[in-house]
Amino acid sequence: MAAEFLRVEKLTKRFGNNTVVHGVDFAFAKGEFISLLGPSGCGKTTILRMIAGFETPTSGSIEVEGQDITHLKPNQRQLGMVFQAYALFPNLNVGDNIGFGLKIAGMGREERRARTDEMLRLIGLPGFEKRFPYEMSGGQQQRVALARAIAPRPRMLLLDEPLSALDAKIRVSLREEIRAIQLDLGITTVFVTHDQEEALSISDRIVVMNAGHIEQLGAPHEVYNKPATRFVATFVGTLNTIEASVASAANHQVTIDGQTVALPSLPSGAVDGSAISLTLRPEVLSVGNRPGNDIVLAGTVADVTFLGSVIRLRVALGQNTLSLDTFNDQRTAPPTRGEPVTISLASKDLLILGE
Amino acid sequence: MKPSRFWPWFTLLLGASYFIIPLIATFEFSLRMRRGYYSFDAYLSVFSDPRFQATFGYSVVIGIFAIIVGVLIVVPAVYFVRLRLPWLRPFVEFLTLLPLIIPAIVLVYGYIRLYNSSSLIPFTGSALGTDVLLVFAYVTLALPYMYRAVDTGMRTIDVQTLTEAAQIMGANSATIIARVILPNVLVAVLSGAFLTFAIVIGEFTIASLLNRPAFGPYLQNIGANRAYEPAALAIISFIITWGAMGMINLLARFAPRTSARTD
Amino acid sequence: MDHRDKPGGDDRQGFWGTQVTMTDTTASPKARGKKRAISFEWLGVAPFIVFAIMFLILPTLYLIGAAFVDQQGNFTLDNIWGLGTPQIVAAYWISIRISAASAFIGALIGFAMALALIRGRLPGGVRSTVMTFSGVASNFAGVPLAFAFISTLGRLGLVTIILKTVFGFDIYKAGFNLLSFWGLTITYLYFQIPLMILIIAPAVDGLKKEWSEAAQTLGASPWQFWRYVGLPILWPSFLGTLSLLFANAFGAIATAYALTGSSLNIVPILLYAQIRGDALQNPGLGAALALGMIVITGFANVIYLVIASRAERWMK
Repeated sequence: MAAEFLRVEKLTKRFGNNTVVHGVDFAFAKGEFISLLGPSGCGKTTILRMIAGFETPTSGSIEVEGQDITHLKPNQRQLGMVFQAYALFPNLNVGDNIGFGLKIAGMGREERRARTDEMLRLIGLPGFEKRFPYEMSGGQQQRVALARAIAPRPRMLLLDEPLSALDAKIRVSLREEIRAIQLDLGITTVFVTHDQEEALSISDRIVVMNAGHIEQLGAPHEVYNKPATRFVATFVGTLNTIEASVASAANHQVTIDGQTVALPSLPSGAVDGSAISLTLRPEVLSVGNRPGNDIVLAGTVADVTFLGSVIRLRVALGQNTLSLDTFNDQRTAPPTRGEPVTISLASKDLLILGE
Repeated sequence: MKPSRFWPWFTLLLGASYFIIPLIATFEFSLRMRRGYYSFDAYLSVFSDPRFQATFGYSVVIGIFAIIVGVLIVVPAVYFVRLRLPWLRPFVEFLTLLPLIIPAIVLVYGYIRLYNSSSLIPFTGSALGTDVLLVFAYVTLALPYMYRAVDTGMRTIDVQTLTEAAQIMGANSATIIARVILPNVLVAVLSGAFLTFAIVIGEFTIASLLNRPAFGPYLQNIGANRAYEPAALAIISFIITWGAMGMINLLARFAPRTSARTD
Repeated sequence: MDHRDKPGGDDRQGFWGTQVTMTDTTASPKARGKKRAISFEWLGVAPFIVFAIMFLILPTLYLIGAAFVDQQGNFTLDNIWGLGTPQIVAAYWISIRISAASAFIGALIGFAMALALIRGRLPGGVRSTVMTFSGVASNFAGVPLAFAFISTLGRLGLVTIILKTVFGFDIYKAGFNLLSFWGLTITYLYFQIPLMILIIAPAVDGLKKEWSEAAQTLGASPWQFWRYVGLPILWPSFLGTLSLLFANAFGAIATAYALTGSSLNIVPILLYAQIRGDALQNPGLGAALALGMIVITGFANVIYLVIASRAERWMK
């Protein structure tokens, strides 16, 4: 593919006997916003640090614009990086922080000032150049850190959990701002996070990682709607699992807590009486029997969580308990605990997961 | 991409040699008393000297008193300043700094002129009075370290939460200090005590100017009159200092930790 | 075990580092309550206050006052002018030179060692060993230290003899003398370097790894990082500790006295002779001598405090 901008091949990193990254491959086009998503210790930060040059891969290669940078020093890679803890230089004011990379590159004073002003406008902090980092809030510091990283016009931007040290509200507004600036500049960006909502909302494509392996690589809606593995399905979003038994393999019928329903298909090898687990997202379940839903189940409300615009119900069917979300209808009272309830879903919305 | 470890090792080993060579040289010197071969004669000579036993014993006793007085003065002050009188804190910290700003020789000069035999409080008028003054002088010398050790200890265990927890269960202030605070800062207090001991045991200036038969002046006297015993005494002093510091390190492993601290 | 657990080093470091902190998070709002409780609190602090007044404040004030009083008890500036005699000026001058040289060299070497120790990727055990040793060596001052250096660099010292017999180099013929400016400076370094390591190590520790990484991604070489970021951040701590080492050496007497007797004319030894036998034949002049020492060490410490509080502002 000609549009390949960043290419990582068979990347492996071992610390002693501990392999944190196992032969990872991926490639991205110029201007893409890529998230590396996974739980802590999954190797996502190590990959980012190998791209930045702070860790040397045990084997494998990293290419940017066709240039092999695997063994280049960090200061020769022309990449911008934003750190979790801001990492602004405390002895320099905002203007000098943003101008640091420009000064190293030998840019003149006037040109540097113009670029710094431009950056401060871009991050919405014009006139802040004389402030010192300790005089600013975390959100402001992180924006300055972003400006510092992009001021020298790097080939690529690396973001190492840049939002996790911030308050919830600032986290959301700053992530939207980062995305807007990224689209504006068209800069290829690799974003490391353990927050699935962050990754889903901001990325063009997501690399879901677990234990040093890639579990799935795809656009946010693909990862969420068609999780490739059980890990992806549980890590990204909420998942219901129903334990059922096969009633009739020939007729694709299964029994869920005594209620028999028909499915479009069954996994091969299913025989009468064998156990089977079905998985589904909470939002595919509806309260009541909705047109188009071919599976209807009866249960009782086990728990009600009021979340504002959405009400999350826990419905007990017997052994199985399912989560489902309904919109808050202001004209009717929310369901109460112990109330009998009918729920339905379309059998095509069931997820078939590989392990 | 890793920077070479050559320069760090080089710097460190060069520096370390400056510290280790004098120790080796001193030890070697201390073994040279008998002509022709190495022996521990210098150490035997030191240990069998009754003045060594007397002055060392005297300094140990003075040191123990200095530790007791220091603890009695510092612990309640730190506790109440932390808990109830925080506005006093800058003032108290400044006072604990003074012994570092004012050289010991100046302080003792002040004591001698202020508390002479014809003054209101004639400390130097009698031998016992001078001993007491020496104890107070040593408490002063150790004050910055004792204060800091106890203050750090109280910060780590979060005295306020502990005090409030004890109050809710009905304890009074005396009970709280004795049964809750002291056991928890014991390690910090002992660290301060060993540091005090290390500072006091060979102290020369004050003991000499107050004319007390302490270990420091004895060392100086031996240094002026003997050849090999001073080296042996230097090694012994080094071992004592190392022992006191080693005890502090050992104690640190038993220091209590709390998950409740907020600062 | 983390090196921070070593109070021999770190309690003292913390001491220097936080002494200017004036805020306290454990402030209690319910302090004003019953009258009895308040007097009980004061009872706890009273011994400390009384002690400080009796053994710190009064003696110092008394000496300061005595410096401005003549033998008949009248106010005079003669004692202060008396400090201008050649003998006393020479004493102050050599004291200042020795203190400055040992502080400066000690600070440089201690700083280099702290950098090697903390940023040099040395095994963890090395670090805790050096910190513990520094705690010991910084307290190994006084008479025994003088003995150690006589055994090492004295006329019969091991190093002197090895240099003479093995390398054919007689340092005493070359002009070296342990009982001189350089001899005393080299000896003082034995407690100055460890003190520097103990005080500067937390500051070097405070240099975050991310700062160096951020500088690298922005294209800076390691040298550029140190020039624009690392050294400017450490500079206040370095200067501050330097002034502290100066004061530390300036007030020291036991080592010098044991090393040189009273042959080296430094201020503390002059004052010692004055206290013992009124060597200056004027008690007021003795007090003025002490006042001069307080002014110089006090000035050095004020510099330290001012610079340390600036450094702390950054490090928030």
